[in-house]
Amino acid sequence: MSEGIKLQNEESLIYKITHVNWGFLALTVIMACIGIAALYSAGGGNMDPWASRQLSRFGVGLIALFIVALVDIRWWYRLAYPAYFIGLILLIIVEVMGQVGMGAQRWINLGFMQLQPSELMKIAVIIALAKYFHAATKEDMASFRFLVPAAVLILAPVALVLLQPDLGTSLMIVMGGGAMVFLAGAPILYFAIAGGLAAAAAPIGWFLMHDYQKQRVLTFLNPESDPLGSGYHIIQSKIALGSGGIEGKGFLNGTQSHLNFLPEKQTDFIFTLWAEEWGLLGGLFMLLVAGLILYCGIQIALKCRHAFGRLLAFGLTINYSLYVFINIAMVMGLIPVVGAPLPLVSYGGTSMLAILVSFGLIQSCNIHRDAKLPRM
Amino acid sequence: MDQDNDRSKSFTRRAFIIGAGQGLILGILGARLAWLQVAQGARYKTLAEENRINVKMVAPLRGEIVDRFGVPFAVNNENYRVLVVPEQTDDLEGALIRLSKIIDLEKENIEQILKIAKKSAAFLPLEVRDSLSWEEVSKIEVNITDLPGIGTDVGKIRHYPFKEATAHIVGYVAAPSEADVGEDPVLTLPGFRIGKTGVEKVYDRKLRGNAGRAEMEVNVVGREVRTLKQEQSTSGKRITLTIDAELQLFTQQRLSLTKSASAVIMDVKDGAIYALNSFPSFDPNLFTRGVGAQQWEELLNNPAFPLTNKSIAGQYPPGSTFKMVTALAALKENLISAHTSFDCPGHYDYGKDRFHCWKRGGHGSVNLVKAMSESCDTYFYKIATDLGVDKIAKMAKELGLGERLEFELSEEKPGLMPDKDWKRGRFGQSWQPGETIVTSIGQGYILTTPLQLATMTCRLVNGGYAVKPWITAYEGTHQKEHVKWPKIGLSATHLNLVKRGMDQAVNHKKGTAFGSRIEDKDFAMGGKTGTAQVKRITRQERAMGIKNEDLPWHFRHHALFVGYAPVHDPRYVCAVIVEHGGGGSSAAAPIAKDLLLQTQERNPGAAPIKEPGPDADGQLILPVNHAYLSEQ
Repeated sequence: MSEGIKLQNEESLIYKITHVNWGFLALTVIMACIGIAALYSAGGGNMDPWASRQLSRFGVGLIALFIVALVDIRWWYRLAYPAYFIGLILLIIVEVMGQVGMGAQRWINLGFMQLQPSELMKIAVIIALAKYFHAATKEDMASFRFLVPAAVLILAPVALVLLQPDLGTSLMIVMGGGAMVFLAGAPILYFAIAGGLAAAAAPIGWFLMHDYQKQRVLTFLNPESDPLGSGYHIIQSKIALGSGGIEGKGFLNGTQSHLNFLPEKQTDFIFTLWAEEWGLLGGLFMLLVAGLILYCGIQIALKCRHAFGRLLAFGLTINYSLYVFINIAMVMGLIPVVGAPLPLVSYGGTSMLAILVSFGLIQSCNIHRDAKLPRM
Repeated sequence: MDQDNDRSKSFTRRAFIIGAGQGLILGILGARLAWLQVAQGARYKTLAEENRINVKMVAPLRGEIVDRFGVPFAVNNENYRVLVVPEQTDDLEGALIRLSKIIDLEKENIEQILKIAKKSAAFLPLEVRDSLSWEEVSKIEVNITDLPGIGTDVGKIRHYPFKEATAHIVGYVAAPSEADVGEDPVLTLPGFRIGKTGVEKVYDRKLRGNAGRAEMEVNVVGREVRTLKQEQSTSGKRITLTIDAELQLFTQQRLSLTKSASAVIMDVKDGAIYALNSFPSFDPNLFTRGVGAQQWEELLNNPAFPLTNKSIAGQYPPGSTFKMVTALAALKENLISAHTSFDCPGHYDYGKDRFHCWKRGGHGSVNLVKAMSESCDTYFYKIATDLGVDKIAKMAKELGLGERLEFELSEEKPGLMPDKDWKRGRFGQSWQPGETIVTSIGQGYILTTPLQLATMTCRLVNGGYAVKPWITAYEGTHQKEHVKWPKIGLSATHLNLVKRGMDQAVNHKKGTAFGSRIEDKDFAMGGKTGTAQVKRITRQERAMGIKNEDLPWHFRHHALFVGYAPVHDPRYVCAVIVEHGGGGSSAAAPIAKDLLLQTQERNPGAAPIKEPGPDADGQLILPVNHAYLSEQ
C-alpha cells in the first residue's frame, strides 16, 4: 500500500519537477550563457551569425533536456539497445554515403541541422553499457566471457568511426566505454592487459593512420616546425591565450580573435577567444563551472540507488568531461589538434544537443534515483 | 543484497578514483592556463602585437646636393604614377585594357601586372606605370569615373639637372642591391633608391634622412583595419659642395671638344675643388629609373670609359709635369743649384742604353729654369742616377703623388710612386738605374691622377703647404672644418726657382706652352706641359719615320698640363689630361688656358660659400594620404 502511494508520488509531474537537480541545471545554463557571450564576441559584437542561432538551439535543447529528464528512466532502460542499434545504423549510413561518392562525411543533413551520428553514438554506447552492466554480478565482472560482449559494444562503433576517419571521436568512445567497464567493476588486470595490447598495437596504428593524422601528431610534438601549416592553429591559439594575461583584453577586444589570427574561433577554439578576452580569471571561471558540472554529475550518480542510473549518470559525466578536457587541452597545446568542440560553448548543433540530452538523462537519474529496475 | 552492497562499494571506490582523476586533469588545465597567461604572458603579448601591428615605413625625402652658390645638382622631382587596386575593379584585365587606350601601356606590362595581382592581396594597390606626363595624368583624371579601382599618386624621383656635367661628382641613385638590404629596413621600401657612386654614395646616410613610421592594425590577411600611430619622416640633409656649377659646366663643354679628357680646378690655398670633370660622361637620370640593358652595354663598352671619373680614378704617367718633383728633390740634396748647367745633345747615354730628349737636336746648354721652361729631358736624366729613385719618390709623395689623398669620393685611385722597395716587393727584382732615369721625367711605372697633379701644383705654388683637395663645404648646416695645412718643409728659394721655371714654360717665348699664354698680365698663368708615352716608339718605327700621331688612337700619347694663375699671386690651379691627345703643349695647355681664364673671371673663391638655411638639416614631412585609397 505504502509502496503504491510512493510509486504514484514518484510518477507525478510535481514530484519529478521538484526532484530536478536545479543546481546542475543552473550550471548548464551558465555554461551555455558563457558560450553565447563568446559567440556574440566572435561575431564582432553581433548576435549574428552565431550567437542568436546558438541561443535558439539552446532553447530547443533545453526543452529536449526536460523531456528526457521527465521520461521514466525505465523507458530509457528499455530503449538502451534499440537506441544503440539505431546509432550504429546511422553510422553505417554515413559510411556508405561516403563510399558512394559524397566524400568523407561525418554528418547526415536533416535540413534544419546536420546530425553527426558519432556524437549520438557516444551517448548510445554509454546507455547500452549501463544496461549491460546493470544486473552484472561480481562473478560476471570477473569473467572474461561476460566482458567480451561489452568490448564488442564499444569496439563496433569505434571501428565505424575510425573508418570515417575520426580518430578523436573513436578515442573518446574507447575512453568513455573503458571508464564504464572500470566503474562496473572489471578486474584491474584486464585493463593492464588491454593497456599493454594497445601499446603494442600503437606502431601498427601509426602505420594505418592517414597522413594528415600523422601530421597532426608530429605537429603537436613540435608546433613551431610548421608555423604556417598545421602548427599555425596551435601557435596562434597559444599567442591568443598568453596575450590575454590575468585580466584579459576585455570583452570584444580580443585582437587575435577579431583580426582572424585565431582559426575556428567560433567552434573548436572558442575557449581561446574566451580566455583571450577574459584572461586567466575568465578561463579559470569556465574551468570551475565545468568542474562543478562534473561534481554534480558524480553526486547524482552516487545517490542513485540502481546500478543502471549510477553507471548512466557517471558515464555521461565522463563523456562530458572528455569533451572539455580534450578541447581545452588541445587549444592550450597539451595534446594534438583533434577537432573536438567544447560542448555548450562551441557553435554547433549536434554536440549541443547531444550534451543537453545526456544532461537530461543525468537529470532523469536524479529524478528516478529510487526507481525499481528489473534485474535480468 | 550483500552483493548489491558490495558492488555499490566498489562503484563508489572506483567513482572516487575517476573523480579524483578528473579533478587532477582540471588542475593541470588550470595550471597550464596560468603558465600561458601569467608566466609566458609577456612573451605572447609581444607576439600578439607583432601579429596585429604592421609597421609601415614612410620613405624620407632625400636631401638635395647643391653647389657653392646653392645651385641644385640633385633634386627630387615629382613622379606621377598610376596604380590599381584589384578588388576595386570590376575586372582587372578589362580595367587595364581600358587604361591602355588612354595612356601608353604595353601588352607585356598588363600581363605582368595580372601575374603579380594573382600573388598579392586584392586590396593592395599595384603600380601600373610611373613617370607619367602631366597630360597622361589629366587624361586619367578626366576618365576616372570609367576606371574604378584606378588612381594616380605622386611620388618623388631623383633628378640631376646638370646631367652629364656633374654626373661623376654627384653620382647617381639606384635600387639597393641585395648586399645593401639588411643594413637599414627603409631599403626594403618599394622604389627606394640609394646612392651608388659619387657624393650620392659617400653621403648616402646623411642624404637619406630618417623614415617615418605608421603603425597599422592589420588582420590575418594583412588588410589594414585602422591607423594606430603615425610618425613623420625627416628629410635628409642638404650637401653643399665647393663646386661652382657654371665653371663645372664650362669645363665640361670645353673638354667635350676632345675625345676623352679630364680636368681639375682647385683652390691653391685651401684645397677646395671648383670643378672636377671627366669627359665623356653619362646622364645619371637614366639610372634612377633603371638603365636599359642596351644603354648599359654601350656605356660599358665605350673605349673612353664614360662611367669612370677619370679626374680621380684615371691613372696616368705624369710625363714632364713630374719634372718639378725631380728638380726639388735634386735641389734639396744640393745636387744642383740655380746655376748648374748641363749640355743637352738630344740624348743621354747611360751604360749601353741611350735615352732620348724629346728635342732631336738637343737644347744645348741648359740650366734648371730653362730645363723646365723648354722641358729638356737630358737635364733630368743627368741628375737622376746620382739622386736615386727613393729620394725622388719621397719628394713625390710629399707633394701628393702616388698615394690616396683621402679625397671624399670613394672612386679615388691611389696612383703609383715606385721605389726600390716597391719593385722588390712587386717583382722580386732590384731597381735598375735606367729605371730611375725614366722615372725622373715621369715615365715608367709611375702613375698619377689628375687630382694628384693638381694637388702637387698647389703645394708647389702656395709656399709649400700640404693642402688636400675637398669637395664638401656643408653637411646640412654643419660646416666642415679643415685643419690648417701643415708645411712640407721645402725651402722658399727652391720653390721660387721651380715657380720661375713654370712661369717661363708658359710666358717665355721658348717655353713649351708659350702658345697658350694668357696675355692679360693680371690673369697670366704659369704651368708645365707633359706628354706621357703610352707605347714606346720602337727603334724600327723611329727608323721608318713613324710619328706618334700616326699610331691608332689608343696608342697615342696622353697630353698633360698643370697650371696656376695668376702668376704674381697664385690663387687657382688647374690640371688637364687629354687621353691620347698627343703633346701637352698642343692638346692640354690650350684647355688649361681657357679654364684658368674663365676661373679667374668668375673668381668663385672670392666670396664665401653660401651658408645653407636652417632647412638644410632636413625637415619633418607629413605623410601623404591618397584620397582614392582611403575609400575603403
